[in-house]
Amino acid sequence: MAGEMPADLFGAASPIGKRQPRTESRRLLRGRGRYIGDIRLPRMLHLAFVRSPYAHARIGAIDAAAALAMPGVVRVVTGRDLVPVTTPFVGVAAHRAGHKSAPQPAMAVEKAVWQGEPVAAVLAETRAEAEDAAELVVVEWEELPPVVTAEDALAKGAIHDALGDNLAFQHTIKAGDADAAFAAAAVVVEHTFRFDRQTGLALEPRGIIADWDPGAESLTVHQSHQSPYQMLDIYAVHLGIPDHKIRVIAPDIGGGFGTKINVYGEELAVCAISRLVGRPVRYLADRLESFVSDTHAREHALTARLAVAADGTITAMELDDLGAVGAYGMHRRFSVAEGMMAITMAGAPYAFANYKARTRTVYNNKTQVGMFRGVGMPFACVTTEVLIDKAAARLGLDPVDMRLRNFRTKASFPCVAPCGAKIDDASFHACLDKLIALMDYRRIRAAQKAWSDPRTLRGIGIATFIEQTAYGPPYYGPGKARISVQDGCTLRLEASGQVRCITSVTDQGQGTLTGLRQIIAAALGVGYDDIEVLAGDSAISPYGGGAWASRGMAIGGEAALKAAIALRDNILAVAGAITQREPSALSLRNGHVIDAATGREIIPLAEVGHIGYFRQDTLPKDTVVEFAVTRNHVDNNVMYYTANGVQGTHVEIDRETGFVTVLGHWAVDDCGRVINPLLVDEQVKGGIVQGLGATLYEHCVYDEAGQLQNGTLADYLVPMAGEMPDIAVGHIETPETATRLGAKGVGEAGLIGAMGAMWSAVNDALRGIGGSIEHQPFTPERILAAIARAKG
Amino acid sequence: MTDFQDIDLTVNGARVRRRVAARQHLADFLRDELELTGTHLGCEHGICGACTVRLDRVIVRGCLVLAVQADGGTVETVEGLSDMGALKDLQEEFLARYAAQCGFCTPGMLITAHALLDGPGPVTRAAIRDHLSGNLCRCTGYQAIVDAVEAVARRRGR
Repeated sequence: MAGEMPADLFGAASPIGKRQPRTESRRLLRGRGRYIGDIRLPRMLHLAFVRSPYAHARIGAIDAAAALAMPGVVRVVTGRDLVPVTTPFVGVAAHRAGHKSAPQPAMAVEKAVWQGEPVAAVLAETRAEAEDAAELVVVEWEELPPVVTAEDALAKGAIHDALGDNLAFQHTIKAGDADAAFAAAAVVVEHTFRFDRQTGLALEPRGIIADWDPGAESLTVHQSHQSPYQMLDIYAVHLGIPDHKIRVIAPDIGGGFGTKINVYGEELAVCAISRLVGRPVRYLADRLESFVSDTHAREHALTARLAVAADGTITAMELDDLGAVGAYGMHRRFSVAEGMMAITMAGAPYAFANYKARTRTVYNNKTQVGMFRGVGMPFACVTTEVLIDKAAARLGLDPVDMRLRNFRTKASFPCVAPCGAKIDDASFHACLDKLIALMDYRRIRAAQKAWSDPRTLRGIGIATFIEQTAYGPPYYGPGKARISVQDGCTLRLEASGQVRCITSVTDQGQGTLTGLRQIIAAALGVGYDDIEVLAGDSAISPYGGGAWASRGMAIGGEAALKAAIALRDNILAVAGAITQREPSALSLRNGHVIDAATGREIIPLAEVGHIGYFRQDTLPKDTVVEFAVTRNHVDNNVMYYTANGVQGTHVEIDRETGFVTVLGHWAVDDCGRVINPLLVDEQVKGGIVQGLGATLYEHCVYDEAGQLQNGTLADYLVPMAGEMPDIAVGHIETPETATRLGAKGVGEAGLIGAMGAMWSAVNDALRGIGGSIEHQPFTPERILAAIARAKG
Repeated sequence: MTDFQDIDLTVNGARVRRRVAARQHLADFLRDELELTGTHLGCEHGICGACTVRLDRVIVRGCLVLAVQADGGTVETVEGLSDMGALKDLQEEFLARYAAQCGFCTPGMLITAHALLDGPGPVTRAAIRDHLSGNLCRCTGYQAIVDAVEAVARRRGR
């Protein structure tokens, strides 16, 4: 029957669920990747930006004479020059009542509102010439007082006069009766949490080549970006070019992590400037300007409280969040998601009913906060888990037992948590039970309790979380942001029996395309190497979202499965006509059409392809050959697919140096059906290391003038091989019920849980001496201060 | 800043003669002049290790060596070392363990690991982590890379 799932799609012999190595890595391992910096077009010009040296300053006259006199320089373009040829971004979320943001020009026009904001661009024949000349552009600056911290933002005058103040947005949630629950609680615990700014830091900086063809009146853009379709629409809307005259190609991308899903004025400027000069223009950010111009994440301060009954039952939670997001809301992504996710996911794994929360988003004179792996989900995890540890300690309960006591049970699903998070199904108990075994929790806890080395402290952290993956139409639709939440897949049978796949999802290293191969191989009975996958080209694939919110397998995989089922039906119909059998009696396996009942091979796919393309004369007159199909997937009414997991970490703190050593780290994750355990495990591990880096090392340090103090890789610490642990990963599989594939996302799980576990572990270690820590990252200085406070 | 100098060197086994800007670093020379784009630039201040190449058999940061300093020398990049087969077992183990995700750090990581495996020292897990700790990978979390290098060490009887 048409549309039917092939038998044994998820069986033991299926390619789905196998640890298949990632095909796409083969090229990359030979240095044959093609990243933006590797692409050169004829007559291509190189662009360098002149950036504001001040966090907040009015722009006077711009004198480009000296720059224009430099060798190789072709043109200098100012922000004002782009006003007639671009329309500004407006990062307002229509579905968030009261949310406001000022219009953001491609380059600053009247005033610069962060250090590093572009104000002019120099075009030259080489990158070095453009950079040399950019230093000679003289801008008359009038410094204005900067708004640096979130507290500043609330107290000081508006960065954008038209907005009246710097409060971008606030939102409150109330469920049940939190005040009454707190009043009646046996134990109330409270903690404050500060998260410094960090940056995504993809190893390949952002880059773009814009190529306006004045003859064809078309724009071709090669861009290091996670969503070619999003950028197509951005350029169409803000440059006034019809969609079909724009092609955006994302080649190999050296890491994204959300940094490259955001929308940057520079990139609109580069396209506009290519159109002005009628030549290809390339811009590659260097590392120093990446630090001041890439989006940042996580400048938040939260206060949280938990109410607990004497038996350890959680009765209520309260959360207050304040986040500062730079000078503008992120176009189409809004910059309110960190705070909203924090308050709409906090406490979700636990079965309490009373909840009260507020988030406030403010503007300050720093580069914008944008999407970064995990977005606000780690805040929800960290705040909840630290409070539970604190409450457990007050009640003399083991923190694992306290969690097991309070988890939502299988019988309670589907449910909506008081914070608003919808959970269709989850596996909190199963994940924690498995984690306890994996990390040998009872043994290391006993050893930790007996730990008596006066030079060190030891701590164990446990963090349970939900991960909202594959965000769907109910979020961006009402937000009136033109963000495609569907993804599509085209499959074509080649004449020789292989399969070509063209997908709208993109792969920055996640292995998504290999996952698609496995799904297609399973459904069509062909080998992995008989499938070739193309991605990242807005002109040739179905429309789609690309890579964000952990959607590649969950949505893109489902689209591939639908397409494979449809192509299978078409192949079997033609095979039936060739062999004079009922298509329903046929199946596909090992590159052949087989007898579904006996498994006997009847005709090779290559022969079906040959006849279908070259010998239609031998087919009955009414046999239709459709060997190329396209299918899309989106669940119109589903907000997200909820995944869940738990992590544990074991740390040692050196009391003399304040250094934290990770002794071990463990994760059990439930991302629904696992298409490829190898790829999922490594996604989780990579995310964990980013989460450990966030919690222990990474922060963008600003001074009172809003100047970034550590904008080099020598000064901004990231995790390196020497200080990271080996990590063990286990799985529970609770398939997503909204799709036939059953996959949920997993891209952000590692980071969310790792931040939670590390906050839990370091506070656990400090609790032994009556101390605690409230400020991320946990630098040695902050650890030593926490130890000193505890002693005092 | 516009001084030029003639250089004559061997790159991946072939003699190369070029006139280069005195200020051009080796990585830009390889990428822009010779189109050997497997050498990547992640920071251009010597921290990330993505531009690691071999100069006279010693690993160097391509962004911290000027092209003119390679005059008369022998340079090997990921393209040349791949063609020679010098990285074959490392590439196999990296593939099998998914130790290359976005691939941007990968050429530098392979060449750095190759130097450890070629060197005289012991190849323990701790030694691997220490040796690779000047190469930034933002994707993998390093464990798969360490596993891959360790597997090659065992294959090579180290």
